[in-house]
Amino acid sequence: MSWEMVIGLEVHCQINTKTKAFCGCSTEFGAEPNSQTCPVCLGMPGQLPVLNDVAAKKTILTGLAINANINLESKFDRKNYFYPDLPKGYQISQFAVPVVEGGYIDIPTPDGEKRLGVTRIHMEEDAGKSMHEGLDAVSHIDLNRSGIPLMEIVSEPDMRSADEAIAYLKQLHQIIKFLGVSGADMEKGQFRCDANVSVRRKGEPFGTRTEMKNMNSFRFIKQAIEFEALRQIEILEDGGEVKQESRLWDSVKNESRSMRSKEEAHDYRYFPEPDLPPLRVTQEEVDAIKASMPELPNQLRKRFETEFGLSAYDADVLTQTQSLAQWYEALVAAHPANPKQCANWLANELLGRLKELNKDITESPISAKGLASLLDRIADNTISGKIAKDVLDAMMESGKDVDVIIEEKGLKQVSDTGAIDAMIQEVLDANPGQVEAYKGGQDRLFGFFVGQVMKASKGKANPAMVNQRLKELLG
Amino acid sequence: MDIDVKKIANLSRIRLTDNEAKELAPQLSSIMGYIDKLSEVNTDGVPPTAHPHDVAMPQRADVVTNADRRDALQQPAPRTESGLYVVPKVIE
Repeated sequence: MSWEMVIGLEVHCQINTKTKAFCGCSTEFGAEPNSQTCPVCLGMPGQLPVLNDVAAKKTILTGLAINANINLESKFDRKNYFYPDLPKGYQISQFAVPVVEGGYIDIPTPDGEKRLGVTRIHMEEDAGKSMHEGLDAVSHIDLNRSGIPLMEIVSEPDMRSADEAIAYLKQLHQIIKFLGVSGADMEKGQFRCDANVSVRRKGEPFGTRTEMKNMNSFRFIKQAIEFEALRQIEILEDGGEVKQESRLWDSVKNESRSMRSKEEAHDYRYFPEPDLPPLRVTQEEVDAIKASMPELPNQLRKRFETEFGLSAYDADVLTQTQSLAQWYEALVAAHPANPKQCANWLANELLGRLKELNKDITESPISAKGLASLLDRIADNTISGKIAKDVLDAMMESGKDVDVIIEEKGLKQVSDTGAIDAMIQEVLDANPGQVEAYKGGQDRLFGFFVGQVMKASKGKANPAMVNQRLKELLG
Repeated sequence: MDIDVKKIANLSRIRLTDNEAKELAPQLSSIMGYIDKLSEVNTDGVPPTAHPHDVAMPQRADVVTNADRRDALQQPAPRTESGLYVVPKVIE
């Protein structure tokens, strides 16, 4: 019997508010250490937390986007533990009754769409930052991050491979970006992931799991899950037992190692937060939040497929970010004749060139209208698709208008029958052997003639006309 | 009720001598016993109380109201350096 991985994921996502969860301190990234703190987020005695209403709304919006239930009454609890970057000695979190429960995310798999459960989303506050490196006998603490609002998004243990886990995370990351509820910048730690991994023989109950903490890159998460599953399989095949523990992924050594935390470190002694009454929202408020929801990646993908006839692949590429999807829609609006061609030119030609420049669509030197005017010139036979690629290069480099470039470089397509006939005749005269062979039945030589004529015209001959005239002249 | 006083003290970062722990054990047990009386009450159909006051949570608009008062706020800290709090080394 083969082994099977069982993976559940916890994502900590910074909610992009201007101020912290329970006080009016700024959340601006990169400020001077401890310059964005106050008695509340420093845990001074007698200070009272007051919830940021935007943090609550954005958590509810996220819940609605993953098809979850919103608890009209939810509660806050204290999670108690000692660490110097947690000045109160407890984290305000939601334990017993989170604001969001029971949603799901659909991911594409080789066997079709798979539905992955989301157990809950709860609000909590972030801890400060501890620094140990290069320090002897001391640690440094910056509490600017202390109290920044987080959503913790907890999945069901529904994933069966590292690829499924990554597909889930990417989908979730994309939804969060579309909703605008978080910067979700992984390098800044705004979207970080704990992975619970266990293995079992197919069909058997879940095995003992380990938790890989605090990973913030899709690549590391995939490596960590795969490493950890293999490690567990080796232990079990040697007749050993997997120990339930937290582990750290070392992305330099490519291995996981035990955090050696004491057992009681997990005794968080949750109890209701006496400083905060229950969070109540009305159904009307939830409905209003729902009404503000933008089109989500999945809906957008499906619409692009049905409305514009795109392939699943193209629809996926063009809905990676909202700005890209909007760019595509602007392109189609300006060149409505052929949405599929718009998709090809945007996805393959423009995005490819931008990638080489290390730019994304928002930094494109040409506008959707600019690219549309290029497609217009292909459509009205001013230039061929092949020449258009050179024109696109020139447009990106110079920022000049498509017509100016065609004019300046003399790229205008030759659609004049006389000129095309002359070029064809030249080619036929130069290749009498091939003409004879063609007439003798070697049909595939037709392509050779087209190629020769196009070459003779330096790509400027109208290919459709070349085809048509060649057929006629070859009789 | 048997209570592991040493464990609770450790979780709370309170240092107790063996004698203190011995002295506290029966006291904590009697408190727990007192609280246990609550379980004798029939609470079928009574919703759990999360907060003694039946009020909805007041919320705050997302507007920055706090200026940088680092110098004043760090006054009570035993040790700081370049704006950072300095604490005994935290061992990972």
